[in-house]
Amino acid sequence: MAKYTLNINGQQREVDVAPDTPLLWVLRDELKMKGTKFGCGIAMCGACTVHIDDTAMRSCSLPVSNLADQKITTIEGLSENGTHPVQKAWIEHDVAQCGYCQSGQIMSAAALLKDNPSPSDQQITTMMNGNICRCGTYTRIKAAVKTASKMG
Amino acid sequence: MTLIKTSHNRRSFLKISSAAGGGLLLGFSALAGCKREVLEEEIVNLVLPEKWFEMSGFIKIGDNGVVTIMSPNPEIGQNIKTSMPMLVAEELDVDWEKVVVEQAGFDNKKYTRQVAGGSQSIRKGWESLRTAGATVRQVLLEAAAKKWEVSAGELTTSMGNIHHEASGKTMSYGEIASAAAEIEIPKEVKLKDPKDFKIIGTPIANVDGRGIVTGKPLFGMDYEEEGMLIAMVENAPAFGSKLNGFNKDEIKSMPGITDVVELNTDFLASGRMANTFAKRSMIAIVGESTWQVMKAKKALKADWSTVSGGENSSDHERGLTDLLNKSPKVSRKDGNPEKAFAEAAQVIEKTYSAPFLPHNTMAPMNFFAHVSTDKARFVGPIQTPEWTVSFLSEALDMPKENIDIMMTRMGGGFGRRLYGNFAVEAGLISKQIGGKPVKLIYSREDDMTNGTYRPAYKVKYRAALDADNTLTALAIQGAGIHGGPVWADRFPAGSVDNYLAADSSMDSNISTGAWRAPKSNFIAGAEQSFLDEVAEAAGKDPIDFRLELFDKAKNNPAGKDNDYDPERYAGVLKLVKEKSGWGSEMSGVHRGVAAYYCHNSYVAQVMDISMVDGYPKIQKVWCAVDCGVVVNPTGAKNQIEGGVIDGIGTAMYGGLTFENGVAQQSNFNSYQMIRHNDAPVEIETFFVDNGIDPTGLGEPGLPPIMGALANALYKATNKRFYNQPFNDGIEDLLG
Repeated sequence: MAKYTLNINGQQREVDVAPDTPLLWVLRDELKMKGTKFGCGIAMCGACTVHIDDTAMRSCSLPVSNLADQKITTIEGLSENGTHPVQKAWIEHDVAQCGYCQSGQIMSAAALLKDNPSPSDQQITTMMNGNICRCGTYTRIKAAVKTASKMG
Repeated sequence: MTLIKTSHNRRSFLKISSAAGGGLLLGFSALAGCKREVLEEEIVNLVLPEKWFEMSGFIKIGDNGVVTIMSPNPEIGQNIKTSMPMLVAEELDVDWEKVVVEQAGFDNKKYTRQVAGGSQSIRKGWESLRTAGATVRQVLLEAAAKKWEVSAGELTTSMGNIHHEASGKTMSYGEIASAAAEIEIPKEVKLKDPKDFKIIGTPIANVDGRGIVTGKPLFGMDYEEEGMLIAMVENAPAFGSKLNGFNKDEIKSMPGITDVVELNTDFLASGRMANTFAKRSMIAIVGESTWQVMKAKKALKADWSTVSGGENSSDHERGLTDLLNKSPKVSRKDGNPEKAFAEAAQVIEKTYSAPFLPHNTMAPMNFFAHVSTDKARFVGPIQTPEWTVSFLSEALDMPKENIDIMMTRMGGGFGRRLYGNFAVEAGLISKQIGGKPVKLIYSREDDMTNGTYRPAYKVKYRAALDADNTLTALAIQGAGIHGGPVWADRFPAGSVDNYLAADSSMDSNISTGAWRAPKSNFIAGAEQSFLDEVAEAAGKDPIDFRLELFDKAKNNPAGKDNDYDPERYAGVLKLVKEKSGWGSEMSGVHRGVAAYYCHNSYVAQVMDISMVDGYPKIQKVWCAVDCGVVVNPTGAKNQIEGGVIDGIGTAMYGGLTFENGVAQQSNFNSYQMIRHNDAPVEIETFFVDNGIDPTGLGEPGLPPIMGALANALYKATNKRFYNQPFNDGIEDLLG
């Protein structure tokens, strides 16, 4: 076990865990932040997507020991109360079915739009392709990303 | 208006009681700890009442007019947590903006059929949920009439208020709710004329939408209690194996590990469930945190031995082919098919196949259990709480009434969460470790390799055409593992005078179960591909050819017990034909069509494919749907869109293969799921507006798209696709 101070959603959070513990389980088990989801454990489904220094990353495969100096943003830190443009667009398009993958989808979309505020269809597809939605809400997700991009 | 007797609903109608202060609602849910945040956000524009009045198992009314409606059935992504309360709210006649929805726990005294399965929640709840709303409305009206000393017939309601037009008096439901306790429950109530619906038929956003996009702990995987431990199980890699021994002491000494126990759930694999639950002995590892348990699981060194033989996919392929070549068990025969085939001008025979499928819900299986000596409490995602309680009762040797189950939102189901073996495992673990609270979670690998799979299927179709290119005979012969795929009385039965349906079953030690639209998820694609090929052989347009068959089934049906309405079937085909502009040639666009009936609903689809860099790209899918009354258009369209995308992904890529009883795909690096790039660019859905009572929507969108896809791919590649996954055939074409 080792102590780490992490910068999560603008707050310094201290945890005492094994160095190889993935950020996903630090968030879910230690910090009780359940918005970041467990889907596959091998960075193939995107359910666990967070931002590391504004870049979308899969938290299931990021050991906590590598993250000491980096800015971590989770779905809980995207906005205070669902007011981020991507979250608003998701509600407007009533995207979710089961909803389990959606916080990961939203985090990927938010990172994309921060980097490229007006992405083309192809750029949206490329960026979002790492996020699986088993319920098949892909067409609504794409529409919501476009709506969010217009909200600016 | 429809007069409905309320007597059948009486047991769900509690004695009206006024309950304590504003905190009650927040304390009501078993998920109180995480629910509070969600609730506060959802009712951000509402003022919490000082007092709640529990009107029935479904309805609580606050003294300020805020209404809580309980959603009885498990939410799996089919959106019934929004649409079922809409039915109650419609007849209660309240302002939807003042409605708070809560998930009910399992309670077979208050509710009936708390099941997410068979696309039946709305169909079965259509009358009972509206009656629940109408009954409380009537009680409130009579209480107001008594107070104002007028007759209830002089009163009207709107948006949660009661009006007396003659005197101009108005009162909110909240003001009269306390007086309702003295009113006798009416013996019958009037339901609204559909033309007066204000909520049903309007697009209402998912009641958990804000919670989902802000990452609130809505799912079973997110559930947590003070002192809760994490458990994972290790199964034998191969079906048909048992545990001999493992490095128990080493695992138990690893950091954070509290308990290591052996489990046996063989009792599940008995009687009629023997095909669904495999006999399995397993190791359960329990610890303080998920990662510690995952590391211990990786360090396991277990010795397994074969009990009943490891099966291979090639065995299944051979076995099913043999069954198709044997004399089948005939389930329906009309006319004289043998004679018609002998006299045919042309006979077309094709065989179709599809492999095993895992469900691959986004949230792997999980369940919370806290089992003490005389009672047990469970929280988690389950499609069948009542059925699961019966398994738990047997597993824990405890009366059913001592077992409590709270349903959480499910991270997908698709049939996998009908089968609560994971809840049983969680319960046994909690019991075996001395009654400590524990949450069992499967890894993705556990989830994919210990499933209740859609079995592998094959079907052989034969059609006879006469010299005029009329279909004179059709023979369907199916084979499947743990049961064949054929619905003997469904279309094309009834549309052809000489008809034969037969099915056969192959045994296996691999566990199988329902997967979204059971049997239909294979047979629809096969049937609709075959009819496309027969239409082509007959020189007919594929839609016109099908419409001819429906004309025959309507005007001069063959046989009896035909399980569909040919007029509604033809109706969706005609609608999709019109909306898609079928028949107009477009350069570079390759079109396929299909139609199918299941779960009491009719769906027709047209798919447009273009070739991009030599590979098919799905541009657009048109869907025409007849599910009767559409309760919530936005949710309804979402279900159809999801069915289309799931169906395309499954037909293109789906397939779990076995070697020596071991599943060969175990995570999303070896099992390909449909992703954003393969989704249709656009899906457009049209509903038939006929006012018929509503029917299923969660499943019917999926089956026909496999046929539309196969038929569009044929147009695009000049090759017929008989075997799923289709992508293998496309790869072959590309070399």
